[in-house]
Amino acid sequence: MNAAVVRIALLAACLAATAIPAVAEYGDVVLNHRSEAEGVRPVIFPHWFHRIRFRCKVCHSELGFRMRAGANVVTMKEIVEGKFCGMCHNGQIAWAPDRCDLCHSGKPGLKPGIQGGHSTLGPGLW
Amino acid sequence: MKRSRPWTTLLAGLLVLAAAAAWAQPDLRRWIPLAKDGLHDPASPGTRQLQEPRDALARLAPDGAGNQVRWVQALERGEIVPRANLLEGTEVRLREDDILLNLNGGTPIVRFPHRAHTLWLDCSNCHETPFISKAGANKLDMRRILQGEQCGLCHGAVSFPLTECNRCHSVPRASRGGGPAPGYAPVPPKAGP
Ligand code: HEC
Ligand code: HEC
Ligand code: HEC
Ligand code: HEC
Ligand code: HEC
Ligand code: HEC
Repeated sequence: MNAAVVRIALLAACLAATAIPAVAEYGDVVLNHRSEAEGVRPVIFPHWFHRIRFRCKVCHSELGFRMRAGANVVTMKEIVEGKFCGMCHNGQIAWAPDRCDLCHSGKPGLKPGIQGGHSTLGPGLW
Repeated sequence: MKRSRPWTTLLAGLLVLAAAAAWAQPDLRRWIPLAKDGLHDPASPGTRQLQEPRDALARLAPDGAGNQVRWVQALERGEIVPRANLLEGTEVRLREDDILLNLNGGTPIVRFPHRAHTLWLDCSNCHETPFISKAGANKLDMRRILQGEQCGLCHGAVSFPLTECNRCHSVPRASRGGGPAPGYAPVPPKAGP
Protein backbone atom coordinates (compact mmCIF):
# COMPACT_ATOMS: atom_id res chain seq x y z
CA MET A 1 0.00 0.00 0.00
CA ASN A 2 2.58 2.57 1.13
CA ALA A 3 5.15 1.18 -1.28
CA ALA A 4 2.77 1.81 -4.16
CA VAL A 5 2.33 5.42 -3.07
CA VAL A 6 6.10 5.85 -2.86
CA ARG A 7 6.52 4.30 -6.30
CA ILE A 8 3.96 6.64 -7.82
CA ALA A 9 5.61 9.61 -6.13
CA LEU A 10 8.99 8.52 -7.50
CA LEU A 11 7.55 8.12 -10.96
CA ALA A 12 6.00 11.57 -10.77
CA ALA A 13 9.33 13.00 -9.62
CA CYS A 14 11.11 11.33 -12.53
CA LEU A 15 8.56 12.70 -14.99
CA ALA A 16 8.92 16.16 -13.52
CA ALA A 17 12.69 15.87 -13.81
CA THR A 18 12.59 14.80 -17.47
CA ALA A 19 10.16 17.62 -18.23
CA ILE A 20 12.79 20.14 -17.13
CA PRO A 21 16.14 18.71 -18.23
CA ALA A 22 19.30 20.65 -17.44
CA VAL A 23 20.31 21.59 -20.98
CA ALA A 24 21.08 24.97 -22.41
CA GLU A 25 18.64 27.06 -24.39
CA TYR A 26 18.15 25.85 -27.96
CA GLY A 27 20.65 27.41 -30.36
CA ASP A 28 23.25 28.59 -27.85
CA VAL A 29 26.76 28.46 -29.35
CA VAL A 30 29.93 27.92 -27.31
CA LEU A 31 33.08 29.58 -28.69
CA ASN A 32 36.12 28.21 -26.96
CA HIS A 33 39.01 27.75 -29.33
CA ARG A 34 41.39 29.94 -27.38
CA SER A 35 39.48 31.53 -24.53
CA GLU A 36 40.19 28.97 -21.85
CA ALA A 37 43.73 28.33 -23.02
CA GLU A 38 44.29 32.06 -22.59
CA GLY A 39 42.80 32.15 -19.12
CA VAL A 40 39.24 33.46 -19.63
CA ARG A 41 35.90 31.64 -19.49
CA PRO A 42 34.44 30.20 -22.72
CA VAL A 43 32.15 32.52 -24.73
CA ILE A 44 28.42 31.78 -24.98
CA PHE A 45 26.53 33.26 -27.90
CA PRO A 46 22.72 33.11 -27.46
CA HIS A 47 20.81 32.91 -30.78
CA TRP A 48 17.43 33.39 -29.06
CA PHE A 49 18.51 36.73 -27.63
CA HIS A 50 19.95 38.09 -30.86
CA ARG A 51 17.16 36.90 -33.17
CA ILE A 52 14.64 38.97 -31.22
CA ARG A 53 16.65 42.00 -32.37
CA PHE A 54 18.20 40.94 -35.71
CA ARG A 55 17.13 38.65 -38.53
CA CYS A 56 19.52 35.88 -39.45
CA LYS A 57 20.46 37.70 -42.65
CA VAL A 58 22.05 40.56 -40.74
CA CYS A 59 24.76 38.32 -39.29
CA HIS A 60 24.84 35.48 -41.78
CA SER A 61 24.66 37.59 -44.95
CA GLU A 62 25.47 41.28 -44.34
CA LEU A 63 28.13 40.76 -41.71
CA GLY A 64 29.38 37.54 -43.27
CA PHE A 65 29.29 35.09 -40.33
CA ARG A 66 29.59 31.55 -41.64
CA MET A 67 26.74 29.25 -40.64
CA ARG A 68 28.86 26.55 -39.11
CA ALA A 69 29.75 26.53 -35.44
CA GLY A 70 33.51 26.85 -35.13
CA ALA A 71 33.96 27.99 -38.73
CA ASN A 72 34.55 31.62 -37.81
CA VAL A 73 38.00 32.12 -36.38
CA VAL A 74 37.81 35.05 -33.99
CA THR A 75 40.35 36.75 -31.84
CA MET A 76 39.77 39.34 -29.19
CA LYS A 77 41.98 41.77 -31.11
CA GLU A 78 39.65 41.62 -34.11
CA ILE A 79 36.60 42.14 -31.90
CA VAL A 80 38.10 45.26 -30.38
CA GLU A 81 38.98 46.42 -33.92
CA GLY A 82 35.30 46.15 -34.85
CA LYS A 83 35.12 42.79 -36.57
CA PHE A 84 32.88 39.78 -35.80
CA CYS A 85 31.02 40.40 -32.50
CA GLY A 86 32.73 43.78 -32.51
CA MET A 87 30.71 44.92 -35.52
CA CYS A 88 27.86 45.52 -33.05
CA HIS A 89 29.55 45.31 -29.66
CA ASN A 90 31.31 48.60 -30.25
CA GLY A 91 29.52 50.89 -27.80
CA GLN A 92 27.08 52.02 -30.50
CA ILE A 93 24.73 49.22 -31.61
CA ALA A 94 25.42 47.27 -28.41
CA TRP A 95 27.65 47.67 -25.38
CA ALA A 96 31.41 47.77 -25.90
CA PRO A 97 33.84 44.83 -25.60
CA ASP A 98 35.11 46.01 -22.23
CA ARG A 99 32.30 44.08 -20.50
CA CYS A 100 34.26 40.83 -20.60
CA ASP A 101 32.03 38.80 -18.28
CA LEU A 102 28.88 39.18 -20.36
CA CYS A 103 30.43 37.21 -23.24
CA HIS A 104 32.95 35.12 -21.30
CA SER A 105 30.35 33.55 -19.01
CA GLY A 106 30.74 29.81 -19.73
CA LYS A 107 31.68 26.98 -17.41
CA PRO A 108 35.27 25.80 -17.63
CA GLY A 109 35.80 22.86 -19.98
CA LEU A 110 33.01 23.49 -22.49
CA LYS A 111 33.59 22.20 -26.02
CA PRO A 112 32.97 24.62 -28.88
CA GLY A 113 29.79 23.97 -30.85
CA ILE A 114 26.05 24.48 -30.93
CA GLN A 115 23.86 23.27 -28.10
CA GLY A 116 20.61 21.54 -28.92
CA GLY A 117 17.61 22.13 -26.73
CA HIS A 118 15.53 19.52 -24.95
CA SER A 119 13.86 18.47 -28.16
CA THR A 120 17.03 17.73 -30.10
CA LEU A 121 18.43 14.94 -28.00
CA GLY A 122 17.81 12.39 -30.72
CA PRO A 123 20.37 10.51 -32.77
CA GLY A 124 23.02 12.36 -34.73
CA LEU A 125 22.64 16.10 -34.91
CA TRP A 126 18.90 16.33 -34.17
CA MET B 1 -34.72 32.56 6.42
CA LYS B 2 -33.65 31.24 3.00
CA ARG B 3 -32.66 27.60 2.89
CA SER B 4 -29.08 27.10 1.69
CA ARG B 5 -28.57 24.83 -1.31
CA PRO B 6 -25.05 23.42 -1.03
CA TRP B 7 -25.25 21.33 -4.25
CA THR B 8 -26.28 24.15 -6.53
CA THR B 9 -23.63 26.38 -4.97
CA LEU B 10 -21.01 23.70 -5.48
CA LEU B 11 -22.13 23.14 -9.06
CA ALA B 12 -22.05 26.84 -9.83
CA GLY B 13 -18.58 27.05 -8.28
CA LEU B 14 -17.31 24.16 -10.39
CA LEU B 15 -18.74 25.72 -13.52
CA VAL B 16 -17.01 29.01 -12.77
CA LEU B 17 -13.72 27.15 -12.18
CA ALA B 18 -14.07 25.18 -15.41
CA ALA B 19 -14.83 28.34 -17.35
CA ALA B 20 -11.84 30.08 -15.79
CA ALA B 21 -9.58 27.14 -16.66
CA ALA B 22 -10.79 27.11 -20.27
CA TRP B 23 -10.38 30.87 -20.44
CA ALA B 24 -6.94 31.16 -18.92
CA GLN B 25 -5.18 28.35 -20.94
CA PRO B 26 -2.25 27.87 -18.58
CA ASP B 27 1.16 28.39 -20.21
CA LEU B 28 3.04 25.15 -19.52
CA ARG B 29 6.32 26.30 -21.02
CA ARG B 30 9.38 26.24 -18.75
CA TRP B 31 12.80 27.68 -19.42
CA ILE B 32 15.87 26.65 -17.48
CA PRO B 33 17.50 29.48 -15.52
CA LEU B 34 20.91 30.40 -16.98
CA ALA B 35 22.78 29.46 -13.81
CA LYS B 36 21.43 25.89 -14.10
CA ASP B 37 21.66 25.32 -17.85
CA GLY B 38 24.95 23.44 -17.72
CA LEU B 39 26.60 26.09 -19.89
CA HIS B 40 26.78 29.32 -17.92
CA ASP B 41 29.10 29.38 -14.95
CA PRO B 42 27.02 30.22 -11.86
CA ALA B 43 30.22 31.68 -10.39
CA SER B 44 30.64 34.16 -13.25
CA PRO B 45 29.56 37.69 -12.43
CA GLY B 46 28.20 37.89 -16.00
CA THR B 47 25.66 35.13 -15.52
CA ARG B 48 23.62 37.22 -13.10
CA GLN B 49 23.53 40.20 -15.45
CA LEU B 50 22.32 38.33 -18.53
CA GLN B 51 18.66 38.19 -19.44
CA GLU B 52 16.85 34.98 -18.47
CA PRO B 53 15.27 33.23 -21.50
CA ARG B 54 11.93 33.10 -19.67
CA ASP B 55 11.79 36.87 -19.29
CA ALA B 56 12.12 37.42 -23.04
CA LEU B 57 10.43 34.35 -24.53
CA ALA B 58 7.33 33.83 -22.35
CA ARG B 59 5.44 36.67 -24.02
CA LEU B 60 6.03 35.35 -27.57
CA ALA B 61 3.84 33.02 -29.68
CA PRO B 62 4.10 29.61 -27.98
CA ASP B 63 5.49 26.40 -29.45
CA GLY B 64 6.25 22.99 -27.98
CA ALA B 65 9.83 22.57 -29.20
CA GLY B 66 13.13 24.38 -29.62
CA ASN B 67 13.02 27.77 -27.92
CA GLN B 68 9.29 27.08 -27.32
CA VAL B 69 8.55 30.10 -29.49
CA ARG B 70 6.77 29.96 -32.85
CA TRP B 71 9.22 32.40 -34.38
CA VAL B 72 7.46 32.96 -37.71
CA GLN B 73 4.24 33.88 -35.91
CA ALA B 74 6.00 36.10 -33.40
CA LEU B 75 7.46 38.02 -36.35
CA GLU B 76 4.30 38.13 -38.49
CA ARG B 77 2.25 39.35 -35.51
CA GLY B 78 4.75 42.06 -34.70
CA GLU B 79 5.58 40.64 -31.25
CA ILE B 80 9.21 41.09 -32.23
CA VAL B 81 10.66 43.57 -34.72
CA PRO B 82 14.14 42.29 -35.56
CA ARG B 83 16.19 44.49 -37.85
CA ALA B 84 16.56 43.26 -41.44
CA ASN B 85 19.74 45.20 -42.20
CA LEU B 86 22.42 47.23 -40.50
CA LEU B 87 24.18 48.75 -43.48
CA GLU B 88 22.44 51.29 -45.64
CA GLY B 89 21.86 50.09 -49.16
CA THR B 90 21.49 46.39 -48.39
CA GLU B 91 18.63 45.10 -50.48
CA VAL B 92 16.10 43.25 -48.29
CA ARG B 93 14.70 40.53 -50.51
CA LEU B 94 11.46 38.64 -49.97
CA ARG B 95 9.92 35.79 -51.93
CA GLU B 96 6.40 34.52 -51.39
CA ASP B 97 5.98 31.22 -53.27
CA ASP B 98 5.74 27.73 -51.78
CA ILE B 99 7.50 24.73 -53.24
CA LEU B 100 6.26 21.19 -52.81
CA LEU B 101 9.07 18.70 -52.24
CA ASN B 102 9.10 14.93 -51.96
CA LEU B 103 6.24 14.31 -54.34
CA ASN B 104 6.74 10.55 -54.59
CA GLY B 105 7.47 9.43 -51.03
CA GLY B 106 5.29 7.72 -48.45
CA THR B 107 5.10 10.53 -45.92
CA PRO B 108 2.95 13.64 -46.38
CA ILE B 109 4.33 16.07 -48.98
CA VAL B 110 6.85 18.65 -47.73
CA ARG B 111 5.79 22.24 -48.29
CA PHE B 112 8.73 24.63 -48.34
CA PRO B 113 7.51 28.23 -47.76
CA HIS B 114 9.85 30.86 -49.24
CA ARG B 115 8.08 33.63 -47.29
CA ALA B 116 8.71 32.16 -43.82
CA HIS B 117 12.37 31.79 -44.81
CA THR B 118 13.06 35.06 -46.59
CA LEU B 119 11.51 37.00 -43.70
CA TRP B 120 14.55 35.79 -41.75
CA LEU B 121 17.16 34.85 -44.32
CA ASP B 122 18.71 36.21 -47.49
CA CYS B 123 18.58 34.27 -50.76
CA SER B 124 22.37 33.86 -50.53
CA ASN B 125 22.01 31.80 -47.35
CA CYS B 126 20.47 29.01 -49.45
CA HIS B 127 21.21 29.68 -53.15
CA GLU B 128 23.14 28.20 -54.81
CA THR B 129 24.51 26.31 -51.79
CA PRO B 130 23.02 24.27 -50.26
CA PHE B 131 20.08 24.51 -52.71
CA ILE B 132 20.03 25.05 -56.49
CA SER B 133 17.24 27.53 -57.24
CA LYS B 134 15.29 25.31 -59.58
CA ALA B 135 12.29 23.27 -58.48
CA GLY B 136 13.17 19.58 -58.43
CA ALA B 137 16.89 20.16 -59.02
CA ASN B 138 17.99 19.10 -55.52
CA LYS B 139 18.34 15.54 -54.32
CA LEU B 140 16.89 15.98 -50.87
CA ASP B 141 17.29 13.11 -48.46
CA MET B 142 15.84 12.76 -44.97
CA ARG B 143 18.95 10.92 -43.77
CA ARG B 144 21.19 13.79 -44.78
CA ILE B 145 18.76 16.25 -43.23
CA LEU B 146 19.00 14.35 -39.96
CA GLN B 147 22.79 14.59 -40.22
CA GLY B 148 22.63 18.37 -40.30
CA GLU B 149 22.79 18.96 -44.04
CA GLN B 150 20.22 20.54 -46.39
CA CYS B 151 17.18 21.60 -44.33
CA GLY B 152 18.97 20.19 -41.27
CA LEU B 153 21.62 22.89 -41.49
CA CYS B 154 19.26 25.21 -39.61
CA HIS B 155 16.47 22.89 -38.45
CA GLY B 156 17.89 21.05 -35.48
CA ALA B 157 20.37 23.84 -34.70
CA VAL B 158 18.63 27.22 -34.53
CA SER B 159 15.27 26.90 -36.33
CA PHE B 160 12.52 24.56 -35.11
CA PRO B 161 13.94 21.06 -34.58
CA LEU B 162 13.47 17.96 -36.73
CA THR B 163 11.24 16.31 -34.17
CA GLU B 164 8.40 18.42 -35.62
CA CYS B 165 7.89 16.15 -38.65
CA ASN B 166 4.52 17.44 -39.75
CA ARG B 167 5.55 21.06 -39.81
CA CYS B 168 7.55 20.17 -42.94
CA HIS B 169 5.54 17.11 -44.03
CA SER B 170 2.41 19.22 -43.95
CA VAL B 171 0.44 18.44 -47.11
CA PRO B 172 -1.60 15.23 -47.13
CA ARG B 173 -1.29 13.11 -50.25
CA ALA B 174 -4.40 13.15 -52.42
CA SER B 175 -4.11 9.39 -52.92
CA ARG B 176 -4.72 8.95 -49.22
CA GLY B 177 -7.89 10.99 -49.26
CA GLY B 178 -6.25 14.30 -48.42
CA GLY B 179 -7.32 17.45 -50.24
CA PRO B 180 -5.30 19.43 -52.76
CA ALA B 181 -2.29 21.37 -51.50
CA PRO B 182 -3.48 24.56 -49.78
CA GLY B 183 -1.58 27.83 -50.12
CA TYR B 184 0.86 28.94 -47.45
CA ALA B 185 -0.78 29.76 -44.19
CA PRO B 186 1.31 29.41 -41.05
CA VAL B 187 0.18 26.25 -39.31
CA PRO B 188 -1.59 27.13 -36.03
CA PRO B 189 0.49 26.42 -32.93
CA LYS B 190 0.19 23.11 -31.21
CA ALA B 191 -0.70 23.07 -27.54
CA GLY B 192 2.26 22.70 -25.20
CA PRO B 193 3.75 19.26 -24.54
C1 HEC C 1 23.92 38.40 -33.94
C2 HEC C 1 24.40 37.57 -34.99
C3 HEC C 1 23.62 36.33 -35.37
C4 HEC C 1 22.30 36.23 -35.73
C5 HEC C 1 21.24 37.33 -35.77
C6 HEC C 1 22.07 34.86 -36.10
N1 HEC C 1 23.23 34.14 -35.96
FE1 HEC C 1 23.50 32.18 -36.43
N2 HEC C 1 25.41 32.25 -35.72
C7 HEC C 1 26.02 33.38 -35.21
C8 HEC C 1 27.30 33.00 -34.65
C9 HEC C 1 28.28 33.95 -33.97
C10 HEC C 1 27.46 31.61 -34.85
C11 HEC C 1 28.63 30.72 -34.43
C12 HEC C 1 29.70 30.75 -35.46
C13 HEC C 1 30.93 30.01 -35.04
O1 HEC C 1 30.94 29.29 -34.03
O2 HEC C 1 31.94 30.14 -35.75
C14 HEC C 1 26.24 31.18 -35.55
C15 HEC C 1 26.03 29.88 -35.97
C16 HEC C 1 24.90 29.46 -36.67
C17 HEC C 1 24.71 28.15 -37.24
C18 HEC C 1 25.69 27.00 -37.19
C19 HEC C 1 25.25 25.93 -36.25
C20 HEC C 1 25.94 24.62 -36.47
O3 HEC C 1 25.26 23.61 -36.36
O4 HEC C 1 27.12 24.60 -36.76
C21 HEC C 1 23.47 28.14 -37.83
C22 HEC C 1 22.79 27.00 -38.55
C23 HEC C 1 22.88 29.45 -37.61
N3 HEC C 1 23.79 30.23 -36.92
C24 HEC C 1 21.64 29.82 -38.05
C25 HEC C 1 21.03 31.02 -37.75
C26 HEC C 1 19.65 31.32 -38.05
C27 HEC C 1 18.68 30.37 -38.73
C28 HEC C 1 19.42 32.57 -37.61
C29 HEC C 1 18.13 33.37 -37.64
C30 HEC C 1 17.02 32.77 -36.96
C31 HEC C 1 20.67 33.08 -37.04
N4 HEC C 1 21.62 32.10 -37.14
C32 HEC C 1 20.85 34.35 -36.52
C33 HEC C 1 25.51 34.66 -35.22
C34 HEC C 1 24.20 35.01 -35.52
C1 HEC D 1 31.15 40.66 -27.46
C2 HEC D 1 31.64 39.51 -26.78
C3 HEC D 1 33.01 39.56 -26.10
C4 HEC D 1 33.44 40.44 -25.15
C5 HEC D 1 32.64 41.58 -24.54
C6 HEC D 1 34.78 40.04 -24.79
N1 HEC D 1 35.16 38.95 -25.51
FE1 HEC D 1 36.96 38.01 -25.42
N2 HEC D 1 36.38 36.77 -26.93
C7 HEC D 1 35.15 36.77 -27.54
C8 HEC D 1 35.13 35.74 -28.56
C9 HEC D 1 33.93 35.40 -29.45
C10 HEC D 1 36.41 35.13 -28.53
C11 HEC D 1 36.89 33.93 -29.35
C12 HEC D 1 36.45 32.71 -28.57
C13 HEC D 1 37.25 31.47 -28.76
O1 HEC D 1 37.14 30.87 -29.82
O2 HEC D 1 37.88 31.04 -27.80
C14 HEC D 1 37.18 35.79 -27.49
C15 HEC D 1 38.46 35.46 -27.14
C16 HEC D 1 39.15 35.99 -26.08
C17 HEC D 1 40.48 35.55 -25.65
C18 HEC D 1 41.28 34.45 -26.28
C19 HEC D 1 42.51 34.93 -27.00
C20 HEC D 1 42.28 35.95 -28.06
O3 HEC D 1 42.91 37.01 -28.00
O4 HEC D 1 41.41 35.78 -28.94
C21 HEC D 1 40.81 36.31 -24.55
C22 HEC D 1 42.09 36.24 -23.72
C23 HEC D 1 39.72 37.25 -24.32
N3 HEC D 1 38.75 37.02 -25.25
C24 HEC D 1 39.68 38.18 -23.31
C25 HEC D 1 38.68 39.13 -23.16
C26 HEC D 1 38.74 40.22 -22.20
C27 HEC D 1 39.87 40.45 -21.23
C28 HEC D 1 37.58 40.93 -22.37
C29 HEC D 1 37.16 42.22 -21.66
C30 HEC D 1 38.08 43.32 -21.81
C31 HEC D 1 36.81 40.28 -23.41
N4 HEC D 1 37.51 39.20 -23.87
C32 HEC D 1 35.55 40.70 -23.84
C33 HEC D 1 34.08 37.59 -27.26
C34 HEC D 1 34.10 38.62 -26.35
C1 HEC E 1 24.14 42.34 -35.29
C2 HEC E 1 24.71 42.93 -34.10
C3 HEC E 1 25.35 41.99 -33.07
C4 HEC E 1 26.35 41.08 -33.27
C5 HEC E 1 27.09 40.77 -34.56
C6 HEC E 1 26.60 40.47 -31.98
N1 HEC E 1 25.76 41.01 -31.03
FE1 HEC E 1 25.64 40.45 -29.10
N2 HEC E 1 24.19 41.84 -28.78
C7 HEC E 1 23.70 42.72 -29.72
C8 HEC E 1 22.73 43.61 -29.09
C9 HEC E 1 21.97 44.75 -29.78
C10 HEC E 1 22.65 43.23 -27.74
C11 HEC E 1 21.80 43.88 -26.66
C12 HEC E 1 22.53 45.06 -26.13
C13 HEC E 1 21.78 45.79 -25.04
O1 HEC E 1 20.91 45.20 -24.41
O2 HEC E 1 22.12 46.94 -24.82
C14 HEC E 1 23.57 42.10 -27.58
C15 HEC E 1 23.77 41.43 -26.38
C16 HEC E 1 24.64 40.38 -26.22
C17 HEC E 1 24.80 39.62 -25.00
C18 HEC E 1 24.05 39.87 -23.70
C19 HEC E 1 22.75 39.11 -23.68
C20 HEC E 1 21.98 39.40 -22.42
O3 HEC E 1 21.45 38.43 -21.87
O4 HEC E 1 21.89 40.57 -22.02
C21 HEC E 1 25.78 38.70 -25.21
C22 HEC E 1 26.30 37.67 -24.23
C23 HEC E 1 26.23 38.86 -26.57
N3 HEC E 1 25.52 39.88 -27.16
C24 HEC E 1 27.24 38.12 -27.14
C25 HEC E 1 27.66 38.26 -28.44
C26 HEC E 1 28.75 37.50 -29.03
C27 HEC E 1 29.61 36.50 -28.28
C28 HEC E 1 28.83 37.88 -30.32
C29 HEC E 1 29.80 37.38 -31.39
C30 HEC E 1 29.89 35.97 -31.56
C31 HEC E 1 27.79 38.88 -30.56
N4 HEC E 1 27.11 39.08 -29.40
C32 HEC E 1 27.55 39.50 -31.76
C33 HEC E 1 24.06 42.77 -31.05
C34 HEC E 1 24.99 41.95 -31.66
C1 HEC F 1 12.90 20.64 -41.93
C2 HEC F 1 11.89 19.94 -42.63
C3 HEC F 1 11.66 18.45 -42.33
C4 HEC F 1 11.38 17.87 -41.12
C5 HEC F 1 11.22 18.56 -39.77
C6 HEC F 1 11.21 16.45 -41.37
N1 HEC F 1 11.41 16.18 -42.69
FE1 HEC F 1 11.29 14.34 -43.59
N2 HEC F 1 11.79 15.17 -45.38
C7 HEC F 1 12.01 16.53 -45.60
C8 HEC F 1 12.31 16.73 -47.01
C9 HEC F 1 12.63 18.08 -47.67
C10 HEC F 1 12.23 15.47 -47.62
C11 HEC F 1 12.32 15.24 -49.12
C12 HEC F 1 13.22 14.21 -49.59
C13 HEC F 1 12.81 13.76 -50.98
O1 HEC F 1 12.56 14.63 -51.84
O2 HEC F 1 12.71 12.56 -51.16
C14 HEC F 1 11.91 14.50 -46.56
C15 HEC F 1 11.77 13.12 -46.76
C16 HEC F 1 11.40 12.21 -45.78
C17 HEC F 1 11.25 10.80 -45.99
C18 HEC F 1 11.52 10.02 -47.28
C19 HEC F 1 10.48 10.29 -48.31
C20 HEC F 1 9.17 9.64 -48.02
O3 HEC F 1 8.16 10.38 -47.93
O4 HEC F 1 9.12 8.44 -47.85
C21 HEC F 1 10.83 10.26 -44.81
C22 HEC F 1 10.51 8.79 -44.51
C23 HEC F 1 10.75 11.34 -43.84
N3 HEC F 1 11.11 12.52 -44.47
C24 HEC F 1 10.37 11.19 -42.53
C25 HEC F 1 10.40 12.22 -41.58
C26 HEC F 1 10.13 12.03 -40.17
C27 HEC F 1 9.71 10.72 -39.52
C28 HEC F 1 10.30 13.25 -39.58
C29 HEC F 1 10.16 13.60 -38.09
C30 HEC F 1 11.03 12.87 -37.19
C31 HEC F 1 10.67 14.18 -40.60
N4 HEC F 1 10.73 13.52 -41.81
C32 HEC F 1 10.92 15.53 -40.38
C33 HEC F 1 11.94 17.54 -44.67
C34 HEC F 1 11.68 17.38 -43.32
C1 HEC G 1 16.00 28.54 -46.53
C2 HEC G 1 16.53 28.38 -47.83
C3 HEC G 1 16.06 29.26 -48.98
C4 HEC G 1 16.07 30.64 -49.05
C5 HEC G 1 16.49 31.64 -47.99
C6 HEC G 1 15.62 30.98 -50.38
N1 HEC G 1 15.34 29.83 -51.08
FE1 HEC G 1 14.78 29.72 -53.05
N2 HEC G 1 14.57 27.69 -52.85
C7 HEC G 1 14.86 26.96 -51.74
C8 HEC G 1 14.49 25.57 -51.96
C9 HEC G 1 14.64 24.42 -50.96
C10 HEC G 1 13.98 25.50 -53.28
C11 HEC G 1 13.44 24.25 -54.01
C12 HEC G 1 14.49 23.57 -54.77
C13 HEC G 1 14.03 22.23 -55.28
O1 HEC G 1 12.83 22.03 -55.55
O2 HEC G 1 14.88 21.33 -55.40
C14 HEC G 1 14.06 26.85 -53.83
C15 HEC G 1 13.69 27.21 -55.12
C16 HEC G 1 13.86 28.48 -55.66
C17 HEC G 1 13.60 28.82 -57.05
C18 HEC G 1 13.07 27.88 -58.12
C19 HEC G 1 11.58 27.96 -58.12
C20 HEC G 1 10.95 27.18 -59.24
O3 HEC G 1 9.70 27.17 -59.25
O4 HEC G 1 11.66 26.56 -60.01
C21 HEC G 1 13.89 30.15 -57.20
C22 HEC G 1 13.77 30.99 -58.46
C23 HEC G 1 14.30 30.64 -55.88
N3 HEC G 1 14.29 29.60 -54.98
C24 HEC G 1 14.65 31.95 -55.62
C25 HEC G 1 14.90 32.46 -54.36
C26 HEC G 1 15.09 33.87 -54.06
C27 HEC G 1 15.03 35.00 -55.08
C28 HEC G 1 15.31 33.95 -52.73
C29 HEC G 1 15.51 35.22 -51.87
C30 HEC G 1 14.45 36.20 -51.92
C31 HEC G 1 15.28 32.61 -52.19
N4 HEC G 1 15.02 31.72 -53.21
C32 HEC G 1 15.51 32.27 -50.86
C33 HEC G 1 15.42 27.43 -50.57
C34 HEC G 1 15.59 28.76 -50.25
C1 HEC H 1 19.44 28.61 -43.74
C2 HEC H 1 18.59 28.10 -42.70
C3 HEC H 1 17.38 27.25 -43.09
C4 HEC H 1 17.33 26.20 -43.99
C5 HEC H 1 18.46 25.61 -44.81
C6 HEC H 1 15.96 25.74 -43.99
N1 HEC H 1 15.20 26.47 -43.11
FE1 HEC H 1 13.22 26.24 -42.72
N2 HEC H 1 13.27 27.84 -41.48
C7 HEC H 1 14.40 28.56 -41.14
C8 HEC H 1 14.04 29.63 -40.24
C9 HEC H 1 15.00 30.65 -39.63
C10 HEC H 1 12.64 29.54 -40.05
C11 HEC H 1 11.80 30.42 -39.14
C12 HEC H 1 11.20 29.61 -38.01
C13 HEC H 1 12.17 29.08 -36.96
O1 HEC H 1 13.29 29.59 -36.83
O2 HEC H 1 11.79 28.13 -36.25
C14 HEC H 1 12.19 28.42 -40.86
C15 HEC H 1 10.86 28.02 -40.95
C16 HEC H 1 10.41 26.94 -41.69
C17 HEC H 1 9.03 26.56 -41.84
C18 HEC H 1 7.82 27.32 -41.28
C19 HEC H 1 7.66 27.07 -39.83
C20 HEC H 1 6.47 27.78 -39.24
O3 HEC H 1 6.56 28.06 -38.05
O4 HEC H 1 5.48 28.03 -39.94
C21 HEC H 1 9.01 25.41 -42.60
C22 HEC H 1 7.80 24.62 -43.02
C23 HEC H 1 10.38 25.10 -42.96
N3 HEC H 1 11.21 26.04 -42.38
C24 HEC H 1 10.78 24.05 -43.75
C25 HEC H 1 12.05 23.90 -44.29
C26 HEC H 1 12.42 22.89 -45.27
C27 HEC H 1 11.49 21.83 -45.82
C28 HEC H 1 13.72 23.09 -45.57
C29 HEC H 1 14.60 22.31 -46.56
C30 HEC H 1 14.12 22.26 -47.93
C31 HEC H 1 14.19 24.20 -44.76
N4 HEC H 1 13.16 24.67 -44.00
C32 HEC H 1 15.49 24.70 -44.78
C33 HEC H 1 15.68 28.34 -41.59
C34 HEC H 1 16.04 27.40 -42.54
